[in-house]
Amino acid sequence: MAKIVIKKNPGSTDMTAMCDVAFLLLTFFVMTSTAKIPEALPVDTPASTTQTKVPDTDLATLTVGKGKVFFDLKGKAVRKRTLELMAEKYGITFSEEDKDKFGLMKDFGVPISSLKQIIDLKAADRSKADQPGIPSDSLDNQLQDWVRNARLANIEVNDKELQVAIKGDAREEYPAIRKVMDILQDQKINSFSLVTGLRGKDF
Amino acid sequence: MAELNTGDGGGKKGGKVRSKKANAKVDLTAMVDLAFLLITFFMLTTTLSKPQSMSLGLPDKNEKGEDIKVDENRTVTLLLGDDNKLVFYMGLLATPLAGPKDLTFGKDGIRQELEKRKKEVLAYSTAKGKPDQGMIVIIKPSKKSNYKNVIDILDEMAISSIPTYTIVNDYSPEETKLLEGK
Repeated sequence: MAKIVIKKNPGSTDMTAMCDVAFLLLTFFVMTSTAKIPEALPVDTPASTTQTKVPDTDLATLTVGKGKVFFDLKGKAVRKRTLELMAEKYGITFSEEDKDKFGLMKDFGVPISSLKQIIDLKAADRSKADQPGIPSDSLDNQLQDWVRNARLANIEVNDKELQVAIKGDAREEYPAIRKVMDILQDQKINSFSLVTGLRGKDF
Repeated sequence: MAELNTGDGGGKKGGKVRSKKANAKVDLTAMVDLAFLLITFFMLTTTLSKPQSMSLGLPDKNEKGEDIKVDENRTVTLLLGDDNKLVFYMGLLATPLAGPKDLTFGKDGIRQELEKRKKEVLAYSTAKGKPDQGMIVIIKPSKKSNYKNVIDILDEMAISSIPTYTIVNDYSPEETKLLEGK
């Protein structure tokens, strides 16, 4: 019969392989995660119970807070193309370097005439600069043009319809949100996402 | 212990040191601990930082002002006012089937009411022989209501799985009075 041998020294596990795997994963996560760029307009989104995530690509985000509207677009190529279309429409020229910088930027909220100053700022200073929001009234509706040109650019570059998400501040009054929804509905965008936080059903 | 053994027979207990080569043993425990801690950190931050989104489909804006006729027995209207005010009524405001009454947000107020009404509507539709026709909720946020309340209500629709709901922006004078009056 087999004897049960009790090892007196059970330790000495070889951790080399485990260590290798751990560091491999660590490297992967460090490289895939993107550094969080501070938002130009920080908003406190309301919570909901929905579990759907915001898509990663083909997305334009309209941030609404403090009565201002900021615009953000995903994808470098789409951003560049959008800027070109906007520049064409408003008769402003941007250098190739400006376009590259704009491609890597995040959200912004200035009229297109002063967009160049924001592009020239360093990333850290952009969120500190007091951006007035994109004009969206009936006299000078630049927001509408941004959304329209972003949709055109996205179809050109990615051959997909652009999704629009509205990221509103919880304390924002409804008419401000409604104004943005109306701008979208005028372009026959009847379905869009509302960015929210997460909470449980028991509230 | 976890150690990196470069020599042979590191695990033998006691053992006399035969080799003159230094038996370098690096203790990997701390390193592995740290690596896993960082992995956990990066894994959690990358997945959790993504915000949630709620999709909302609104009906086409019809410029012609055509009214869509709906059955009043299946219609529930929710008026949102400032300061978390919520008024509920069912059917037409002139001849309401229930309400109008003030409700609170959350599970003790609006959710119970919606569940109750949903059952009533289902019974009504079944009696008519069309059990697939569910409740219709009309959400009317006033000018003073805030975005949080709108999201709260849309969330209630998702929780109670209301099949048809929409946001309507126009207010009748009676409804304005109802919100401000009480």
